[in-house]
Amino acid sequence: MQGMSLIVKKISQIMAPSIFILGMYVVAHGHLTPGGGFAGGVLIAGCFTLLILAYGSSKERSLVFKEKASLIESGGIFLFLFIALLGLIQGTLFFVNIFSRSNPGVPGALFSSGIIPLCNIAIGVEVAAALFAIFITFAIMRFGEKL
Amino acid sequence: MVSALIPLIGLMICGAVIALETKDLLSGIISLGIIGFALTIVFLILQAPDLAIVQIIIETLTLIILIAAVLKTTIKDSIESLKARKVILWVAGLVCVAAFIFASLKAFADISAFGSPVLRMAEYYLSNGVTGTGAVNLVAAIILDFRAYDTLGEATVLFTSVAGVVAVLRKKGRT
Repeated sequence: MQGMSLIVKKISQIMAPSIFILGMYVVAHGHLTPGGGFAGGVLIAGCFTLLILAYGSSKERSLVFKEKASLIESGGIFLFLFIALLGLIQGTLFFVNIFSRSNPGVPGALFSSGIIPLCNIAIGVEVAAALFAIFITFAIMRFGEKL
Repeated sequence: MVSALIPLIGLMICGAVIALETKDLLSGIISLGIIGFALTIVFLILQAPDLAIVQIIIETLTLIILIAAVLKTTIKDSIESLKARKVILWVAGLVCVAAFIFASLKAFADISAFGSPVLRMAEYYLSNGVTGTGAVNLVAAIILDFRAYDTLGEATVLFTSVAGVVAVLRKKGRT
């Protein structure tokens, strides 16, 4: 996939860090403000998609990106399952909010509400890598055609 | 408030019909975008900012992905059908639409008013959400604490769809 013009490159260079920071903020504050792991993950994936579309990518680099995105996506869903299994390890139920009972924290603070922020982070990693993997797979498919 | 939804829903239906009937793939995808962005405004009017955020971001990203996949293709949808078959399809479609409208009117008469749910679990979530989980955002408290199994299933659906895309569009096996 070829890159776009100089104007698009410069604008996306300015915008991409802001989009990335906004995605991180939405993931981290998912238990306080509207948003959460899903919305923040899509924002992070959109940041990478914007950079790939603006700057272009060779076929070999895209294949490396695809492998890494698949790996990180599997890691994200594994992390989510591991957080769910913490309840079983502790001796209670699957998906029980183990930190919420012992150390609830102040409602409204960033470090509160037990495993909910951890689940948000795991889902954010999974969604970001999943959508980027779908995009980069379509991009690799376009390389095979004779344009 | 709810009456403002009627022109938006009409716009969404128009977008869906245009997306079905147009011959050009790119025009069809852009018409699908009408549905998504109108749905964002519907979610905002119904006071669901969580869903509105997810909908507008997902809609933008899927439009970009689909346009990147379709751009520069010269494939046109070719709809060719006989006249007799067309008449049968129209009649069957009208009968189905009439049956759907009739069943919807019967169903709408039975459900409770907007904002007063039948299930008692919703009241429990609303009154005990903050004290039970400590999360101020009640949507996060429901989807990640009370109903975390649903979220696990949702994440598994996304994982499976990515596995399907990667498996179908892989280089090996395509000749």
